[in-house]
Amino acid sequence: MTGTSPAIELRGISKAFGPVQANKDISIRVMPGTIHGIIGENGAGKSTLMSILYGFYKADAGEVFIRGQKTEIPDSQAAIAAGIGMVFQHFKLVENFTVLENVVLGAEQGRLLRPSLARARKILSDLAAEYELNVDPDARIDRIGVGMQQRVEILKALYRQADILILDEPTGVLTPAEADHLFRILDNLRAEGKTIILITHKLREIMEITDTVSVMRRGEMTATVKTADTNPEELAELMVGRKVLLRVDKVPAKPGKTVLEVQNLRVRDHQGVERVKGIDLTVRAGEILGIAGVAGNGQSELLEVLGGMRPGAGDVTLNGAPLPLEGRGSDGQSRRAAGISHVPEDRQREGLIMEFHAWENTAFGYHHDPVYQRGRLLMNNAALQRDTQAKMDKFDVRPPDPWLTAKNFSGGNQQKIVEAREIERGPDLLLVGQPTRGVDIGAIEFIHRQIVTLRDQGAAILLVSVELDEILSLSDRIAVMFDGRMMGERLPDQTDETELGLLMAGVSGKAA
Amino acid sequence: MEFLTLIQVFDSTIRLSTPLLLACLAGLFSERAGIFDIGLEGKMLMAAFFSAAVASLTGSVWLGLLAGIAASMVLAGLHGLASITFRGNQLISGVAINFLAAGMTVLIAQDWFKQGGRTPSLFGQGRFPGLEFPGAIGPADAEATGRPVSDLIAETNVVLQVYSDLISGHSILVYLAFLAVPATWWVLFRTRFGLRLRAVGENPAAVDTSGVSVVGLRYAAVAICGLLCGIAGAYLATALQAGFVKDMTAGRGFIALAALIFAKWRPWHAMWACLLFGFLQAVALRYQNIDIGGVVIPVQVMDALPYILTVVILAGFVGKAIPPRAGGEPYVKER
Repeated sequence: MTGTSPAIELRGISKAFGPVQANKDISIRVMPGTIHGIIGENGAGKSTLMSILYGFYKADAGEVFIRGQKTEIPDSQAAIAAGIGMVFQHFKLVENFTVLENVVLGAEQGRLLRPSLARARKILSDLAAEYELNVDPDARIDRIGVGMQQRVEILKALYRQADILILDEPTGVLTPAEADHLFRILDNLRAEGKTIILITHKLREIMEITDTVSVMRRGEMTATVKTADTNPEELAELMVGRKVLLRVDKVPAKPGKTVLEVQNLRVRDHQGVERVKGIDLTVRAGEILGIAGVAGNGQSELLEVLGGMRPGAGDVTLNGAPLPLEGRGSDGQSRRAAGISHVPEDRQREGLIMEFHAWENTAFGYHHDPVYQRGRLLMNNAALQRDTQAKMDKFDVRPPDPWLTAKNFSGGNQQKIVEAREIERGPDLLLVGQPTRGVDIGAIEFIHRQIVTLRDQGAAILLVSVELDEILSLSDRIAVMFDGRMMGERLPDQTDETELGLLMAGVSGKAA
Repeated sequence: MEFLTLIQVFDSTIRLSTPLLLACLAGLFSERAGIFDIGLEGKMLMAAFFSAAVASLTGSVWLGLLAGIAASMVLAGLHGLASITFRGNQLISGVAINFLAAGMTVLIAQDWFKQGGRTPSLFGQGRFPGLEFPGAIGPADAEATGRPVSDLIAETNVVLQVYSDLISGHSILVYLAFLAVPATWWVLFRTRFGLRLRAVGENPAAVDTSGVSVVGLRYAAVAICGLLCGIAGAYLATALQAGFVKDMTAGRGFIALAALIFAKWRPWHAMWACLLFGFLQAVALRYQNIDIGGVVIPVQVMDALPYILTVVILAGFVGKAIPPRAGGEPYVKER
């Protein structure tokens, strides 16, 4: 911590993509040896700003100063040379390379590999000792977990002697325990005088680890405050521009008869690996069962089987009638006819056809409905479009234009289109996966309210989410999945993140 | 089958494997860098024509080789332009190159030589001669004794038979092709360039964020592909045969692709795959129909075997052939 010049200073950065002003006259000072949080909704311009800093984009206007020196960053090479390292949200690793090869890639010592690898091996072991960054240098990337992969990304930056580290949504894929480990590493790095910029939309992380926080909204920097001087409610308001309810407002559930009953459900993936290993669960009318778990522990497969997207084995009944899990009557069409609606986890791949109009997208799965038919052969497009308009108005989809193609809506509005389609059918059972992944805080509030409203109308809801906050605030009961099995059920007011976090990591019981 | 016959089949296998191997390694460089190339056939054909044409016009096979390489590299550059710079569909670009080569070669050949779309036969300095190794029985011995080479070889011992017939006597391009196998392995797995090349075929974003040019690497790979295809084409027209004829590549580019998949994009395995496919061609060439205990296997079966074997591989019966992950996809920077 020498001198007073900031590690990074941006002055008047502006960047436009066509008519969209992604960054408007942004100025920010990040002091060395601190963790500086940047928080904002999706599309607020956080990633664009960091991409400019990392040389991915050229700013239309503005200046960058690094350690007091005006610096041009035309490409990533220049950013690396200036001591900036970036850990992207989606890791930039070569999956069939070893850790060592990934670290060395692009920063080799000479034309031959062996000396580079030997040198890197030594440096890695030094770094591991210094910062709790332990990884096996000879492990292949596709054989190690995401927490480990993220450490490789951090090592890559440190190997290139970065002393300014930018992390973009680093905890999105981590378990609570892994996130804690990451924060310990960041703490160590800060103690060594490294400067860290943390981009996130999670208020809790900002409060937990940062020294200073800057808030972005619609391309502008709306505030920079000391973390100690603020609170989550204030930050949320700064992000969205209005007061936001962080917790879902709901009355206690009044569960009715059993709608969905699952016994000993088993699912294999296309490679024959068992992903769901015999689970039991029930969901009753008028309640939300939340399934927590780290991504990839069988929750997706559970939803897909119930939604008719893949075959499974076991006993499943809906309103007392058996639900076929393979062959005839196990397709999505039959599921919908039986009264199951499904908001799939990946809206862009499973929920929408991105090149189609909004009004076409609001009909999929229900296009056989007589209301949408004219005669035996033709679709009643006019009725569909009227219907879509009404749904868009009700779900506050912006812009409310049925003729826009799905890809032209923001993530949150795409999600609203899918949810409008599924919720408005008034299903007996709603399957909903990651209802607010990549959705702005403002829209999250709205979507949560719709789900709770449907519950209060007497629907049974099975919710799968990797966001613990969401599970805790929406669910009436919480089940945790780990490695294809149920680790146990908890009531939201009788548990906390620590306990759920342990269950998600496969540690059972109240012990541990 | 007599031992000498066997040696002759193997000898022919080596000659026939050479163009496959060169094209296969060419494809390996390109595809390992993430650029699918079904235009190997077209590049070889173009190189075959220009090498034969220039060798015929200048009388120098070396100038012919250079011309062949140049022609192939122009097409490679075209493929690079379409698929790297303009981010076009790599399969369509490859198909276009094959059509372009098939048409252009015959057209130019007819215009230049007026021999019905072929070049004049090459002789003397216009062809690659066989290299006679010291101590091997070759044409020089035949001249000295006044008897045919085949008689001399038949009379000698087994070691000398193998040495003279199988190892010695091929054109320099054959040895080059087989030396290219360890060279390719070494470049891919022991050099910085190789690491980056493999990385760019798996995850170009990783390369880009480490500050290395994705475009530069991919052009380099495509250029190497052009170079090797050029040599393969020149070998066809100036060493294996004496001159260019219409469609003389006869699907070798596609067999090379099949070998590449068969070898799962690995250099040593590529060599074995090409030798196997070359052997099938050699057998098909020598024996029209094979009679196995009363069942006659028609020659077409041999010709089709490389493709059948590839389908078997692709269907996952012999392990899984996983292509480079970013193969076929143009690289676009994320927002």
